[in-house]
Amino acid sequence: MNKSLKVEAGVTAGLSLVLLVLLPCLNAFTSDGSWLHVSDFTINVYGKYFCYAILAVSVDLLWGYTGLLCLGQALFFTLGGYMMGMYLMREIGTLGQYHQPIPDFLVFLGFSKLPEFWKPFSSFPFAMFMAIILPGGLAALFGYLAFRSRIRGVYFSILTQALTYAASLLFFRNSLLMGGNNGFTDFKFMLGRDLREPSTQRGLYICSGAVLVLVYALCRWLTTTKFGKIQRAIRDSENRVLFSGYTTASFKLFVFVLAALIASLGGVLYVPQVGIINPSEMETEKSLEAVMWVAVGGRGTLVGPIVGAFAVNAMKSWATRAFPDLWSLLLGLTFILVTLFMPKGIVGLVGQLQGVWQRYSAGKPVVEAKPDESIAPDLPEPVEATKPLAKAP
Amino acid sequence: MIAATQPRQFILMLEKVNKTFEGFKAISNLTFYMDTGELRTIIGPNGAGKSTMMDIITGRTKPDSGKVEFGADTDLTKLNEPAINRLGIGRKFQTPSVYIDHTVFENIWLSLQGRRGVWSSLFSRVTPERRDRIYEILKTVALDSRADTKAGALSHGQKQWLEIGMLLAQNPKLLLVDEPAAGMTDEETHKTGELLLSLEGKHSIVVIEHDMTFVRQIARKVTVLHQGTVLCEGTVDQVQDDERVKEVYLGRKKKS
Repeated sequence: MNKSLKVEAGVTAGLSLVLLVLLPCLNAFTSDGSWLHVSDFTINVYGKYFCYAILAVSVDLLWGYTGLLCLGQALFFTLGGYMMGMYLMREIGTLGQYHQPIPDFLVFLGFSKLPEFWKPFSSFPFAMFMAIILPGGLAALFGYLAFRSRIRGVYFSILTQALTYAASLLFFRNSLLMGGNNGFTDFKFMLGRDLREPSTQRGLYICSGAVLVLVYALCRWLTTTKFGKIQRAIRDSENRVLFSGYTTASFKLFVFVLAALIASLGGVLYVPQVGIINPSEMETEKSLEAVMWVAVGGRGTLVGPIVGAFAVNAMKSWATRAFPDLWSLLLGLTFILVTLFMPKGIVGLVGQLQGVWQRYSAGKPVVEAKPDESIAPDLPEPVEATKPLAKAP
Repeated sequence: MIAATQPRQFILMLEKVNKTFEGFKAISNLTFYMDTGELRTIIGPNGAGKSTMMDIITGRTKPDSGKVEFGADTDLTKLNEPAINRLGIGRKFQTPSVYIDHTVFENIWLSLQGRRGVWSSLFSRVTPERRDRIYEILKTVALDSRADTKAGALSHGQKQWLEIGMLLAQNPKLLLVDEPAAGMTDEETHKTGELLLSLEGKHSIVVIEHDMTFVRQIARKVTVLHQGTVLCEGTVDQVQDDERVKEVYLGRKKKS
């Protein structure tokens, strides 16, 4: 356990070094023609993937570690994004299409003065404060009501989906004064820096990567605490936890709010990099996609969702260019294949293949291990290599 | 008669408890007293209300009417499962409920008596005293050699013992054990019986059981439930000789 943690820390540090130091350096200090050059486009795309990965980790913290399948996690991501978007809209100043001191869409709606609730968003710290309060508050309220009423399993999933759908309907309305279906776009500056400058994008890329590493480290720490163990105990046998004196609702609420804050952080970093935020990000498909990333990468691990977010999105950007009409079919097919043949996702593949190889080389027929029957009570410890297969899905 | 026994210190008291599920009377005017330190066995045919009775004691189900009290005068009907557990009532489920993804050691650790809050769990560590206590419990349930095994890899009988160990870790005043021998081999069943007998006196224990050999092994006082109410109470022999019991339970269940 300790050894594998050390290996993991080493790999994480190495990868962080490459992605957060080497790549930005190659982007900044090599010229366009050089084979070493990393383009602005690549930096921008990877920066986006970092944000997706942050969202994926938050989904896995709920689904893989606590057994709460949240089908509305993109809602918190988008809310964070909107808070950042409001600040970025104020940063445009009078450089909009209408050259007014208020956002274009407000001019279009016939406003000449900034609505009161928009005013404090000129301040970056306030916008960041709201990016914590709004998603966190919503998660706390929703979670409190859902967990207190003991809503579990598929009912919880359906409710979270309904919540994000309701929110998207709300944000599609012009009267909310949040840009309606067009949302916010045409951003110019952030903290006084030009968003179109490669150096600004590079900074955002490094920031996103660093936040991902921090989120990863936080979650990794959490899994080693007693809290993390209770989290997984709730996933595997909630009644036992309940009848052991733990108020499981409080534990689930804590995880739900934490996951919402992580997702929001992803959204905050996402918006200045893609330059647009609109209510379609809240639609249920987006949340389902995030669940897909986790499933493909390997749920119940922390590396899995990150790998999944990168892999699926890389596949998406390739497939939507190569055959745009077939993308959703391809995504569905991937999901089916992963569910059938790779229940532990990409990161579980190593252990899976190892198990198959060991049985093959031992000359035994390849069958799934059934721990409860195959391991007699008096046999010694099961060998290390069978462990990845020990838990059937 | 009740008045005469009243001055004694009951650990558990159910009086005139009723519970109906959509027209089905699961518990009907049930009155049940248990002394501190007692080992009590409850038997009864399927649907007699044994598990519902456990549900009512542990707060999973609220009775429609009646009194459910723990110790001197703690009203259990107003509390939820975790709160009742924290009072010192531990429950073992019929099907073994252990944390399959955690090691045997961790299973006991999470069950160990102590603080149950979210914040304290973030910074709680395994102190040497706790480690000793965990191994002491593991020895009691004969799992000390499997401390680092994942609970999911244990045999069925071992899972049952682990769960009993998890109850012991909570150091409960009252243990409710629902069919501990279900699915066990004869030898495992016998060992389970010995384990429960060794706990007698340290804890008050209620055992629900079907297996009459097992009941004979552990039983001191037996309560027979039938149609949600107490049919009779007494020693195994008294109960087995009771005509009503033969009619509703043994006569129907036991072919020989």
